[in-house]
Amino acid sequence: MKRALKNKGAKKKSIFENENTVNFISSVMAVICGLLFGFIILFISSPSQAYGGFSMIIQGGFADGISGIGRMLYIAAPIIMTGLSVGFAFKTGLFNIGASGQFTAGAFAAVFVGVKCNFLPSGMHCIAALFAAMAAGALWGSVPGLLKAFFNVNEVISSIMMNYIGMYGVNMLIRRYVYDRIKNQSMPVKSAANLSKAGLDKIFPGSNINVGILIAAVSVIAVHIILHKTVFGYELKACGKNKDASRYAGINEKKNIVLSMVIAGMLSGLGGALLYLSDSGKYMQVLDIIAPEGFLGISVALLGLSEPLGIFLSGLFIGHITVGGSNMQLFDFAPEAIDMIIAAIVYCGALSLLFKEIINRFYKRSLKKTKTKQEDKEKL
Amino acid sequence: MNVFYFIIQQTMYFAIPLLIVALGGMYSERSGIVNIALEGIMVIGAFAGIFFINMAQAGRIANLHGNTLLLAAIFVAGVAGGLFSLLHAFAAVNMKADQTISGTALNMFAPAFVIFSARTFQRVQQIPFNDEFHINNVPVLSKIPCLGHMFFENCYITTYIGILIFIFAAFIIQYTRFGLRLRSCGEHPGAADSVGVNIYIIRYLGVIISGILAGIGGLVFVVPTSTNFNASVAGYGFLALAVLIFGQWRSRNIFFAAFFFGIMKTLASAYSIIPVIKNLSVPNEVYKMIPYIATLIVLAFSSGNSQAPKAEGIPYDQGDR
Repeated sequence: MKRALKNKGAKKKSIFENENTVNFISSVMAVICGLLFGFIILFISSPSQAYGGFSMIIQGGFADGISGIGRMLYIAAPIIMTGLSVGFAFKTGLFNIGASGQFTAGAFAAVFVGVKCNFLPSGMHCIAALFAAMAAGALWGSVPGLLKAFFNVNEVISSIMMNYIGMYGVNMLIRRYVYDRIKNQSMPVKSAANLSKAGLDKIFPGSNINVGILIAAVSVIAVHIILHKTVFGYELKACGKNKDASRYAGINEKKNIVLSMVIAGMLSGLGGALLYLSDSGKYMQVLDIIAPEGFLGISVALLGLSEPLGIFLSGLFIGHITVGGSNMQLFDFAPEAIDMIIAAIVYCGALSLLFKEIINRFYKRSLKKTKTKQEDKEKL
Repeated sequence: MNVFYFIIQQTMYFAIPLLIVALGGMYSERSGIVNIALEGIMVIGAFAGIFFINMAQAGRIANLHGNTLLLAAIFVAGVAGGLFSLLHAFAAVNMKADQTISGTALNMFAPAFVIFSARTFQRVQQIPFNDEFHINNVPVLSKIPCLGHMFFENCYITTYIGILIFIFAAFIIQYTRFGLRLRSCGEHPGAADSVGVNIYIIRYLGVIISGILAGIGGLVFVVPTSTNFNASVAGYGFLALAVLIFGQWRSRNIFFAAFFFGIMKTLASAYSIIPVIKNLSVPNEVYKMIPYIATLIVLAFSSGNSQAPKAEGIPYDQGDR
């Protein structure tokens, strides 16, 4: 049945009729609009420097050669994970704004295991920390999932609440168990718990790159397989498209909602571990600030159209312009311009209807032209 | 007894901004637009207001002092918040965008914009201001026994403005024609449209009102609790969202919810002064978590017969009617 439908669709299809292509084009248009907006902002604040600063953003990681690319990959790894988390939940029709909380919970679990569990053999230590992070993230993700499935609580609100509970809870736990009083941050993890560099630092000298980006890539492939090649993934997507229809078809939608949030939480939690098990001088701070990686994950997922491969690319893109943003300080611009650009991209992405309409109108007009031409020919 | 008065006075500083912002959220959500951008709008409002105060105190604009200056700043903050919220209204009403996504975009944009502008204008991120608005005693009223100590000492004019806003907001949404129309847009826009209510205009107004109130709320939060503005309102926008839901979208319940959350915040920030609580030796993070946990529990039990507006979050399309 599915195949038959596919064949029928494949018969005569212009690229503009394919939904994915239209989405892709509108995503690219959103990026262009966002960058354009960024340029305008830079131009208003300092016209003489704007050109140089903007070219830094565009060049991004490529501006300082191979080490810049290493930095880009290092920045991209955690946000690809949170992006995957948000995107995965999106496919089930859930908006996982709680990636931050899951990220923080995972990060704490990883740091806790990394600092405390010295009895583990050195090869196992890092892996144990990663699994602890996934478990903690899954636990954090499961709460909104369960509330949604069994109490019909809107997952957006409950995940926002879980973000704050996670932030304050983790601050409390850091203070109690792994606190470095002098620096007001978490203690450094044991070196055996850090992710291996696996020779990547030889390829990209001068950057903090480690196997994190490879773990992110493997996760991307795993999520792609789950979503597109398994019955479970098919059920998840069916729930996302139409909850009532999938229940009618015999899919246990409650189970799928919970599992989807649990997996999303696992992905975010793993992202937290990737950031803090990197031996790059990054420690968990005891501050009342929600982890920004979760919100970046939302941007990454939206920009990547919630498709794992798209998320990988958009994560790299965000990493790219983030490196560009720190280079831009040479031109006396605050790096926050990047956050504004990302926000503008997300906002334009929300306006995708506008872009889709433009594309459709453009396509219909060209279709009309060819049709009238054909009709004219037939008449002749 | 002094501790008790102190707690009440502190609670006011925390509860009033929550009340104002949550009422703003009520106007938006009951017109049918989910507004999780409250946090971002608060940041923009606080930025505009504090920047105005900073400029005025440096003598660069408007020769205003004391509470006149604060009133003018509140006006500026409200206008800034209202303008910023137009972005959300445009996306949600005209473009039929996903309201959560557009709100998230605004939340991400606001702090980045504020830090960027502050650093462009004055090279540092923090915007300092002199607190010349603190009122030690309100004349006459502070002489009232007990109540005078509680409500008319160590206060700010913003407290009374907040209460006034509450009275107006509660009255307008419940007893005026505009309020009825707004509520009907959130419950059943198709029916409202069929009797000639312009859904788009009403929803625009709902979002703009929420923007104005959230902008004011941002300023009202920063003035009593700090002496500089650092591009953040400490998650109060999201807390206000929790207040809104905890209060089940009804103005009176929002009032009580705001004060419950305010007391919890006060306990978290001032627990070392209160002898009974200090002896309990509960980490202050627990008090910070309680409002959020309470909201989750309330949500779990109330979502069966939630009072949420029925058409909330659904873009209105006249063609679907």
